[in-house]
Amino acid sequence: MALLQISEPGQSTVPHEHRLAVGIDLGTTNSLVASVRSGLAETLPAAAGRHRLPSVVQYSQQGVVVGIEAAANIHLDPLNTVASVKRLMGRTANDLNRLGEHLPYEFDETHAGVPRIKTVAGDITPVEVSGEILKVLRSRAEETLGGELAGAVITVPAYFDDAQRQATQDAAKLADIKVFRLLNEPTAAALAYGLDKKAEGVFVIYDLGGGTFDVSILKLNRGVFEVMATAGNSALGGDDMDHAVADWIVAQAGLEKLDRKQWRSVLRLARTAKEELTEKDSVPLRLTFGETLVWEGALDLARLNALIEALINKTLLPCKRAIRDAGVSVADIDGVVMVGGSTRVRYVREKVEDYFQQTPLTDIDPDRVVAIGAALQADVLAGNKSDHEMLLLDVNPLSLGLEIMGGMVEKIIPRNSTIPVSRAQEFTTYKNGQTALAVHVLQGERELVQDCRSLARFELKGIPPMAAGAARIRVTFQVDADGLLSVSARETTSGVEAQVEVKPAYGLSENEIEQMLRDSISHASEDVQARALREQQVDGRRLLEAVQSALAADGETLLDKTERAEINTCMQQLKTVHQQSNIDDIKHAIKQLNAATQNFAARRMDAGVRQALAGHAIREFSEKEEG
Amino acid sequence: MQADPGKNYFELFGLPGTYTINRSDLTARYQDLQRHFHPDKFSSSSDQERRLSVQMTALINEAYQALKDPIARGQYILSLAGSNTDTETDTAMEPAFLLEQMELREKLEALNDNPDAQRLTAMAESASEKMEIRVTQLHDLLDGHERNLEQARNVLREMQFIDKLQREIESLEDQLL
Repeated sequence: MALLQISEPGQSTVPHEHRLAVGIDLGTTNSLVASVRSGLAETLPAAAGRHRLPSVVQYSQQGVVVGIEAAANIHLDPLNTVASVKRLMGRTANDLNRLGEHLPYEFDETHAGVPRIKTVAGDITPVEVSGEILKVLRSRAEETLGGELAGAVITVPAYFDDAQRQATQDAAKLADIKVFRLLNEPTAAALAYGLDKKAEGVFVIYDLGGGTFDVSILKLNRGVFEVMATAGNSALGGDDMDHAVADWIVAQAGLEKLDRKQWRSVLRLARTAKEELTEKDSVPLRLTFGETLVWEGALDLARLNALIEALINKTLLPCKRAIRDAGVSVADIDGVVMVGGSTRVRYVREKVEDYFQQTPLTDIDPDRVVAIGAALQADVLAGNKSDHEMLLLDVNPLSLGLEIMGGMVEKIIPRNSTIPVSRAQEFTTYKNGQTALAVHVLQGERELVQDCRSLARFELKGIPPMAAGAARIRVTFQVDADGLLSVSARETTSGVEAQVEVKPAYGLSENEIEQMLRDSISHASEDVQARALREQQVDGRRLLEAVQSALAADGETLLDKTERAEINTCMQQLKTVHQQSNIDDIKHAIKQLNAATQNFAARRMDAGVRQALAGHAIREFSEKEEG
Repeated sequence: MQADPGKNYFELFGLPGTYTINRSDLTARYQDLQRHFHPDKFSSSSDQERRLSVQMTALINEAYQALKDPIARGQYILSLAGSNTDTETDTAMEPAFLLEQMELREKLEALNDNPDAQRLTAMAESASEKMEIRVTQLHDLLDGHERNLEQARNVLREMQFIDKLQREIESLEDQLL
């Protein structure tokens, strides 16, 4: 007799059931959410039909407004309306000063770490602002797809550092989104073009946005997608083209000393003209300040091209560098993918075509291509495509290291290393009887601590007193597939250990995030306790499914009777308690089952090596005799 | 580079411990191991297995980096044989080689303020020729009938010098981009 099972949304137990997964492009100017439906990846529109959600959040005493309505109010209420928050993610107030960001907001100066924007609704961190954007996209997706999301792939620029990635992850947590993976934007674009379906080749992703330029070289070989090199310029984009055109208009109109509002009008005129010239060959210009007509003229394509030529040439330098770092030549390149709104400019396409000696791929909307690629990867990670052979191998964009004597940085993991990656380095004590060691984790390419970004500090305590130089302290860096770092330190003669998930020194603490979750409006109605219980229940169910399928695959071959019986007992226990309402019981049962399957999991990994290499001749390693 | 004791890169890839290696075979093995162990393949597994998969892929990446690079692979083979390549004090290098390196370095320094693409290319080509010769020598010293670890070690040290020079040439070439 078939048993009827009633499952709550998001708690599906049937392994082959389609799990709802989305790709999210959390952009500086606009954000998008996409999903694979009936085998096709597409961006999801809001009820009003718009796909792009302006990444603008307005705070008021009445609540939070996100998107087009907020964007409309940006001039009326600049202090409480936050735009381009992506540029603030993972930054300190100091960073912002150093980067020369001119921001219209007031910051709370009392917090040295995460900048807090003062609004009428209280002090808000950039993570919370991004969280609001993600919440809107999540509910849009859940309404459109008709169910609770299993998870999402969120894209980040390839050059995002650990702090910026961590901040993005935290924002997803606030929006109650399970992140399957943080995916680099260029990699997502390559997926959208289905480059993974081509047999072999080297591909260039040319990504020119509003304010940044990024180029990545990817290699596809036997279904493995490998990032070979990335380069870019984080202060070069379509905005610079607008400025070039605006400067020309100002000169043509014979204007001097514009105030901010007038300059804004010129900029707007310049941008519109640039956009229209993607289809026309000439556009009339009418510059008005308020109601007054100041100047009339025209801009043709040839003039525009001359104005922006130098800017486009600037993007070709990083292209050259990336090609060189990748160890390939222009003749080796099999395809060029265009990403970002600024690649609509015709001259950009022409110059890129000239340089790479081939017509770039432009048939997917450059604004949507990243979200679509993310949706495809989310579909794979949700387990909806079990036979999928494609694999992405990404790299870490920046070197990671430790502070050593004299304010110098010792690199542990160099940039462009394929992730996940793990490296260990041994250190020793420099004083007799030293019982603690301070570990300072840094990111960047420079040699001095002060020129790199400080990610975290922690202390390994309880080292038994020894003579200077006798202790062996092994510090291990591990970067996971999301590009996130964790660091552990161990004194190997005594076994004393310390471990940190690297939370940037100025990032949000686990407690702060917890508190924000409690405060956040969407959870006010939901009992925190009930939410925690539901999470444990889902965790328990996931673990049961995972163990079940592991047993089905390898239980016979890798376990003896006693071990199998013990695992069964623990599974039975978890099955009994996981639908009941005692959180501690569920936690305990999960812990027990994890412990019981520890050796099994390790054996499966070992057996996996043989399976993975099944198609290759295995030759025994033999230690050669010295001749 | 520090490997976890007891884990042998060659064994992991199902290869004999020879210096001679077929690059495309190595890459194919690497890809198949990644295809099996990458965290993307474990997204619905238990936390335990996910953690193991991260550790495993990190090890596979580390092994691949060490095996595919002619210098790192040589050093790894020496370290398996109990010979430490990091200590720089106890081996005397050929005076002729050191002299040549000093001259090349001076030549490079002269180009520092005014990089010249043609000269840099010529230097880069000559450096990679020197490297090729030593790779061939290592094949004989490590895999030949008469294994000679001491000499292999010297050749490797020379390769490190050449490698450093190559990097400096590259960074000057970067300035021209």
